[in-house]
Amino acid sequence: MSKAVSALGGVSHQGFAEVAEAGLRGMITVRGDLSSAAMKKAVKAATGTAVPAPRRIEIAGDRAVAWMSPDELLVMVPYAAAQDAVAALEKALAGEHHLVADVSDARAVFTVRGAKAAEVLMKLCPVDFATLAEGEIRRTRAAQVAAAFWKSGAEEFTLVSFRSVAGYVMGLLEVSSRKGSELFPA
Amino acid sequence: MLTLECPCCGVKAEETELQAGGEAHLKRYGPGSTDEEFDGYMFSRKNPKGVHFERWRHAYGCGKWFLAARCTATLEVFGTYPAQSKEPPADLQAKIRAKRPNWEGYK
Amino acid sequence: MSTRLSRGGRLIDRAKPLNFTFNGRRMAGFAGDTLASALLGADQMLVGRSFKYHRPRGLVASGAEEPNALLGLGEGARFEPNQRATTTELFEGAATTSQNHWPSLDFDIGAVNNTFGRFLPGGFYYKTFMFPRFAWKHVFEPIIRQSAGLGKAPVARDADRYEYAYAFADVVVVGGGIAGLTAALAAAKAGKRVWLMEQTAHWGGRAVVDGVEIDGEPAESWVNETIETLGKMDNVTLRTRTMASGLFDHGYIMGYERVADHTPGDGRPRHRLWRIRAGHVITATGAIERSLSFAGNDIPGVMLASAVRDYVVNWAVSPGDRTVVVTNNDDAYRTALALLDAGLLVPAVIDARPEVTGALPEAVRARGVRILAGHGIAKVKGAKRVTGVSVCVQAGEGAELETIACDAVAMSGGWSPVVHLWSHCGGKLVWDEERAMFRPDPARPATGADGAAMVTAAGSANGCLTADEVLADAHKAAGGKGKAPSAASAAEAPLLPVWIMPQGAGPALRMKMWLDPQNDVKVSDVQLAAREGYESVEHTKRYTTLGMATDQGKMSNINGLAILSDALHRPIPETGTTTFRPPYTPISLGAIAGEARGEIFQPLRRTPMHEWHETHGAHWEPVGLWRRAYCFLRHGEGVHDAVHREIRTVRNAAGLLDASTLGKIIVKGPDAGKFLDMLYTNMMSTLPVGKCRYGLMCSENGFLSDDGVVVRLSDDTWLCHTTTGGADRIHGWMEDWLQCEWWDWKVYTANVTEEYAQVAVAGPNARKVLEKLGGMDVSKEALPFMEWREGTLGGFRARVYRISFSGELSFEVAVPASEGRAFWEALIAAGEEFGVAPYGTEAMHIMRAEKGFIMIGDETDGTVIPQDLNLHWAISKKKADYLGKRAQERSHMASPDRWKLVGLETLDGSVIPDGAYAVAEGVNANGQRNMQGRVTSTYHSPTLNKGIAMGLVKHGPDRMGEVLDFPVDNGRVVKARIVDPVFYDKDGEKQNV
Ligand SMILES: [Zn+2]
Repeated sequence: MSKAVSALGGVSHQGFAEVAEAGLRGMITVRGDLSSAAMKKAVKAATGTAVPAPRRIEIAGDRAVAWMSPDELLVMVPYAAAQDAVAALEKALAGEHHLVADVSDARAVFTVRGAKAAEVLMKLCPVDFATLAEGEIRRTRAAQVAAAFWKSGAEEFTLVSFRSVAGYVMGLLEVSSRKGSELFPA
Repeated sequence: MLTLECPCCGVKAEETELQAGGEAHLKRYGPGSTDEEFDGYMFSRKNPKGVHFERWRHAYGCGKWFLAARCTATLEVFGTYPAQSKEPPADLQAKIRAKRPNWEGYK
Repeated sequence: MSTRLSRGGRLIDRAKPLNFTFNGRRMAGFAGDTLASALLGADQMLVGRSFKYHRPRGLVASGAEEPNALLGLGEGARFEPNQRATTTELFEGAATTSQNHWPSLDFDIGAVNNTFGRFLPGGFYYKTFMFPRFAWKHVFEPIIRQSAGLGKAPVARDADRYEYAYAFADVVVVGGGIAGLTAALAAAKAGKRVWLMEQTAHWGGRAVVDGVEIDGEPAESWVNETIETLGKMDNVTLRTRTMASGLFDHGYIMGYERVADHTPGDGRPRHRLWRIRAGHVITATGAIERSLSFAGNDIPGVMLASAVRDYVVNWAVSPGDRTVVVTNNDDAYRTALALLDAGLLVPAVIDARPEVTGALPEAVRARGVRILAGHGIAKVKGAKRVTGVSVCVQAGEGAELETIACDAVAMSGGWSPVVHLWSHCGGKLVWDEERAMFRPDPARPATGADGAAMVTAAGSANGCLTADEVLADAHKAAGGKGKAPSAASAAEAPLLPVWIMPQGAGPALRMKMWLDPQNDVKVSDVQLAAREGYESVEHTKRYTTLGMATDQGKMSNINGLAILSDALHRPIPETGTTTFRPPYTPISLGAIAGEARGEIFQPLRRTPMHEWHETHGAHWEPVGLWRRAYCFLRHGEGVHDAVHREIRTVRNAAGLLDASTLGKIIVKGPDAGKFLDMLYTNMMSTLPVGKCRYGLMCSENGFLSDDGVVVRLSDDTWLCHTTTGGADRIHGWMEDWLQCEWWDWKVYTANVTEEYAQVAVAGPNARKVLEKLGGMDVSKEALPFMEWREGTLGGFRARVYRISFSGELSFEVAVPASEGRAFWEALIAAGEEFGVAPYGTEAMHIMRAEKGFIMIGDETDGTVIPQDLNLHWAISKKKADYLGKRAQERSHMASPDRWKLVGLETLDGSVIPDGAYAVAEGVNANGQRNMQGRVTSTYHSPTLNKGIAMGLVKHGPDRMGEVLDFPVDNGRVVKARIVDPVFYDKDGEKQNV
């Protein structure tokens, strides 16, 4: 059944970088003791990776897990796999003080691609991109809304926002990536 | 515009990523307290020209509250520390005292 | 005549002529020109009229300090007033207009103010404000409004776009002259991340104009080589056309980049505001030459000596054939040499110093120029253009000794370091008596987050005068290792501070000595202010408007405060300076707004069903940043009719409300029940799994802050609904208490507001609609009122709450947000045979008012406690504590005299205006009518076909049946009877079926 649609239906724009809505992604908020053995097992089972260190994202194929705060992770799986993953996490963490919440439908995911992808985000986020490490997830604001992003490829960033402001975020990305507005033209 | 390092995630956040929460280390007075105690808790704030302890939330980041020691006159930041602190850490207090010999202490 | 010279001009490209217009007249310049150099090259010295007297004004300067040459630039959607000609680059087709004249620049009727100038002395505005009132309103204001003011505000919507960019650097160097380059290179070599910005389009600053030699080569080639070196370093960012407009706390510096001002309409953002966080800032912002105060120093053709040489050297423009140089220092002799080198005439150099023997004067003397030592200008001859100067002795009172014919005057009163950025964040200045300048005091810099200096001034900005001194200082400022670049500089004799020329000038001359040519402030105005008791420089500034023009007195503020000091018989440092505030020069409002305009002015929050609403007649209402449908308009229907139709639909069939915006917060953990008991006024820990309970939240000050239905999902998990506007605030409130007060409690929260699309299906046919969809059992037995169940409806994963805000049989159904649109459409389809239609927020508001349900923000305003709203049933008596409980025990909160919630029914069926007050007998201490209540919600109820209202009334619940007077407008009084606030279905039979 394909009743589920992402906020913007996968719209994209080609400027000096390509900005696109990436479509639905399974996302699960997990809160608990990140250092516990149960958490390590639960995350391993859900994503195949270790529990990420502070501000890190661990990626394994189409699954990933990001450190969101000292007691919160964001587990990412294919959209169709989210409900099973929620059930598995709940089971693995049973007996521990924890919270697992499916937030797959509360988010919008974007990609910014191109050699100058960072320049799009430099216009919107008060972040020092020169010091953004590989595998780091940065939670910040994009203009007036909360956002998180990480480098998801050699010339690609993935950015996550709330679903309700997807249109606003796409508007920001489109305007900021327009040709001719490169921050450091070659 | 201030920059404060969030002790919960290590990000050096600028003020637009933060939410200010007023004076830190207040003691809550609930039912059973005197009018004076409640008034002090609810309304009386120090507002010093100088060393001040404040609550900040890394609102656009990890979402955690933390505490900061700052000079309200020069905006010098002496340090940040977790919100789960009954009082400013001893080393931070020592650092402030070294920089501000006339500081009368956090109480 | 000013004219374009046949050769020279290091910045212009004669192969690229550009056409432009000035007041409709076609003119030509070259690529590399500024508007100012192009105008001068086209013999357009007269560029505007002054603010108050409409005196003719010509170009004085060549940079940001220019007070006169403010032009309207562009047309239509690209028109902008007050563009400074000296800092605006010429482009093909530039349409420029002069300002502040009527009917024409050459013939201005407003110049009569000039004749009556003695009626508009310093403080004129303040004096006429004072008395008599009628004179201000009927005499002065109409005249001043007609004559005063600068450019006209644009009418068309701005065609351009703007943006921000964030940057970070260890060292930000401001100023691309030789000091800035030296500092940037030193910092870059030390491995620092360096940002170097220059406000003009060119590197090098004054040194290249002045012909300095650095390390044995001409400054120009040294500058080019240094830029090339810096450009190759990965740790260096170079930026021209970028002005550091302000320095703020913790090294936050604003860079105003004029990306496309010189290429309008090329699709690039016009301006970009760089928001840079600097570890350290080096201000290599140079110095600005001061004017001299002599009679007639505002007549077009009188220019700064440095500007004259800039125009000649940079743009091959001669301001005049015969230029008299008047000075108190050696530097101005460079202008004489530049003019002579260009083949122009220098009839004389008038030097206020009694002895003139330095190397530069000697070089001028050697070329046959007459030097009049110890002399000054008594008066400039001419009206719209200089025709000559009369000479006097500086030490005297201005007796005219001779007249020298000339068409330009190059004046130099010495140099003032540009200390703006140094001062913006608290850096202090010190008066240098010898150099007659305020310079940065290194002992009192602005300090940063670590308590250490965050700014260092370098070069001329630090008070250095010679190129060699500048280079050494800049190298040192950046912590440079090894030898600094060096320049061969001729020794310069000290200047003689000259604040008035001649020093004994009487009133007639002083009234013609302009300090602030844009605002028409004269030496006599400042002296008058001093006589009238103004001692503070800040007060004098506002009283006389000295330095309040758009140039902020960059050229002559120091002269003004020196004159004030003299009049008050105290030393200059005691008078001090006015405060330097950002921005350094005006920046565009577009740059401040950045990308935030049009569609992305602010984040618009859309529910998953937003587009369906949009295509089905939604009349939108902003609720916080959300857009909610106020009602759904059918073809030809008005808003009022639509709302009433929607209410009838819900009351008689069934309606659908998009309730997705309601806040939804999961609260989970062993201590979650205990936590919610503290948060809500009533008991939530005792709520059984599967049930729902309405709850109230108060601030610690006792006032009602939010309400909503709480759902017990499982043994250790609750779901708290909040108001639409309250979701983030309440989630933050919960986290605040959990993180900062009860951090040992085991509770986790998650804000899942946007995970679910939520639809209220309300009305007598609601159950039939859900049953048509099929799936889970929603019968009265399986899903009683105030309970919830999970299952599927029409194939959608759904959680169904049987709660009602309308008073009808009602189900709120939550489905994953991604499926919200499909679910909504399925409900519309399934409901068709049952008369289902969507309804909006206004129908919801009226129906809740018919039921007497309170609304946060209507019945509450931050001063209302739950007890005022008769919500005692939702306030636990058993609990020892909850947030707000202690506050509610205060005597004023417990007073029986508080205004309390009642229903109000107008006697004539009309609707009372919202917020209307009920009057009581007598008057209060201020002579105002006493009040006894006010309206908090008011509607026409289509169900009851009359005006209904809720309000807070003193002793209200004890006064049922009483009639109150609500004066509304024009003496009209609406009478309303106090009634039970539940107007509709008092026993709740309709919702419980
Ligand atoms: Zn943080």
